[in-house]
Amino acid sequence: MTGLQDRLTPEQVEEFGRELDAIRQRIVADLGKDDVDYINRIIKAQRGFEVAGRGLMYLGFLPPVWLAAVASLSVSKILDNMEIGHNVMHGQYDWTRIPELNSKTFEWDTAAPGDNWRHSHNYMHHTHTNVLDKDRDVGYGILRMDPDQPWHPYYLGNPVYATFLALFFQWGVWFHDLEVDRIIKGELSWAETKEVRRKMRAKAAKQIGKDYVLFPLLTGPLAPLTLLGNASANLVRNLWAFAIIFCGHFPADVESFTESETENETRGQWYLRQILGSANITGGPLFHIMSGNLSHQIEHHLFPDIPARRYPEIADEVRAICEKYGLPYHTGPLYKQLASVAKKIVTLALPPKGTLRTLVGGHTGRSTGARQVTVDAPRDGVAA
Amino acid sequence: MTTLLPRRATRTHKAAVSLAERLLTPHGIDRYLELVDPLLVRSEIRARVTHVEHPTRDTVTLTLALSRAWRGFSAGQYVRVSVDIDGVRRTRCYSPANSQYGDPRTLELTIKVDPNGLVSRHLHEHAHVGMVLGISHPDGTFTLPAWRPDFLLFLSGGSGITPVLSMLRTLHDEGYQGRAVFLHYADAADEVLYRDTLADLAGDSIEVALGYTATESGADVHGLFTPEHLDAVAPGWREAETYLCGPPGLMDAVRTAYTDAGVSEHLHTEEFTPPALEIDTASATGTVRFSRSGQETANSGEVLLEQAEQAGLRPEHGCRMGICFSCTQVKTSGCVRNALTGEISAEENEEIQLCISVPVGDVDINC
Repeated sequence: MTGLQDRLTPEQVEEFGRELDAIRQRIVADLGKDDVDYINRIIKAQRGFEVAGRGLMYLGFLPPVWLAAVASLSVSKILDNMEIGHNVMHGQYDWTRIPELNSKTFEWDTAAPGDNWRHSHNYMHHTHTNVLDKDRDVGYGILRMDPDQPWHPYYLGNPVYATFLALFFQWGVWFHDLEVDRIIKGELSWAETKEVRRKMRAKAAKQIGKDYVLFPLLTGPLAPLTLLGNASANLVRNLWAFAIIFCGHFPADVESFTESETENETRGQWYLRQILGSANITGGPLFHIMSGNLSHQIEHHLFPDIPARRYPEIADEVRAICEKYGLPYHTGPLYKQLASVAKKIVTLALPPKGTLRTLVGGHTGRSTGARQVTVDAPRDGVAA
Repeated sequence: MTTLLPRRATRTHKAAVSLAERLLTPHGIDRYLELVDPLLVRSEIRARVTHVEHPTRDTVTLTLALSRAWRGFSAGQYVRVSVDIDGVRRTRCYSPANSQYGDPRTLELTIKVDPNGLVSRHLHEHAHVGMVLGISHPDGTFTLPAWRPDFLLFLSGGSGITPVLSMLRTLHDEGYQGRAVFLHYADAADEVLYRDTLADLAGDSIEVALGYTATESGADVHGLFTPEHLDAVAPGWREAETYLCGPPGLMDAVRTAYTDAGVSEHLHTEEFTPPALEIDTASATGTVRFSRSGQETANSGEVLLEQAEQAGLRPEHGCRMGICFSCTQVKTSGCVRNALTGEISAEENEEIQLCISVPVGDVDINC
């Protein structure tokens, strides 16, 4: 495996960075009314699906209508979280100076408070993409998603944890922002998380309040059906968001990095890491919208603050640049990427070869024994 | 019973709104109402253009219908008007010209085109009936005292007529019994805004005089302002509470006249064009750090708003002339000069207006 810094000469990296900067500058200079009209159209559609979904629940005693209500509300939540929320909170529309599209004040229809997510996602994840021990999105602190993460018997449950994370993804993200792993390591004190916890409680109460108390009560005798419908819409959104997001960074050939590799990174090198650490998903225009254009994860990681609707139009150029410099451009259809991620989750649940013997040989500690082995035999977990 | 009914209605209404907010969290009720009609919003003010007129070649008068959050204004105040131009929301300050009485949901703005002005040009060219604008609550202290003085003098030039016309119309509606003199300057006869309105206002209490700055005849006074103009149209002017709004040349000349006469405490002014900022880019030193966004730039000597924009930041702002305080940010350390007043301030954690503050040496802004 070629190291991150050895792929291109310093001159090449710089030139490569300049070419990407040029794309960025061209798009930024071209931003205008069309971009605002687009996001406003999506917002209008989302509100339409939301109102329709809530309304159809009143006829929820008719099974096809109940299904339509769930579908409508699911689409609403998916649009709200992905093409609208995720992208607006990245600051993609801050240039419009329109308060409702401002990244710092936007709030989305999911349990995680925007403020907490902005920190853990925009900063921790996007700055430190796929850097082990830095990017907390790698396995969300509960999964082993990379062979360089030391194995521990706990990870035998990898597929089970992943299933639970997918089912309750909004709560996974909600909890993720508390950074429990950093609290355990002593990098963060419980007291320091007071504000984060206050926001978590407040937002969770509001979301539970509307989806599981108020809207069901408002449908009177249909309350149980409405509650079930709202829960189903949340579930659909959870599964969809989990699938798209895990396909963004964890298909088999996507790379991860160490902290030392990324020290004193230049802009060109940062771009390089974003490309190597991300994967696209192929699909039609509607699929791209429903994925919040995270199907263009590579373009998104290069230019997280450019309106996502622009990613498809620059994808060919980015790919051509990758080819020119001999860099991989990871992409594939959803089913293939998902299968690859699933395989990784299962494979990495098992110890790397030789680990068991070492463990039996007396190492019961979580880190020391396992780490020693992974240093000896790096990455054999996914070699298969 | 009759007194209880409205209260009960209000309570029911409040409960309904509160329930709606809980159901429509996290976006809130306005984000849904505005999709039905932008003027239905409850917590911010929107305006719909109901009439457009071009009284002179380079001005446009807009009549606006306001949404329910509007609480009225005092004659002489200004509002911030927001309009989206090529996807970007732009905000500028304009003073309504109508009386503070009358239809409480109506506003009249007369805007003169600044050839370099983005917003004024846009509104002049593109304002149409049905267009929706954002409006702020009114602001500004250029207002008449609650106890109306017996002798009032109003001076304006060009589109600076709007706040003083609002005052005159308000006085007229109140049946003001004192003496009010209004001297308005324009280049020539065809540049006089609100000529018919002024004729209607003139009466026992309100005297209206015109000054033409570029024509020799046809008005009460001619040429650029001199104190003699006041002697001619408003004898005893040194005793009058004076309200002045106009271009910088007029403002400066009147200020000098009042200072020379020793009565500058009677003079109340409203700037509507940016006074020249004192900018010296040659001797600028130090580094400007925008700590929240992690940007850093060598001090160019321009105002912080310009420097922030050149560094790729997009701080919120409005008038760009030190009036509206939209661009206020906290300066964590360093020293800035107020480009309007020349005042220098080195206080830590001080709120400053980016659009009129020039860094002196190293400055850290939490922006």
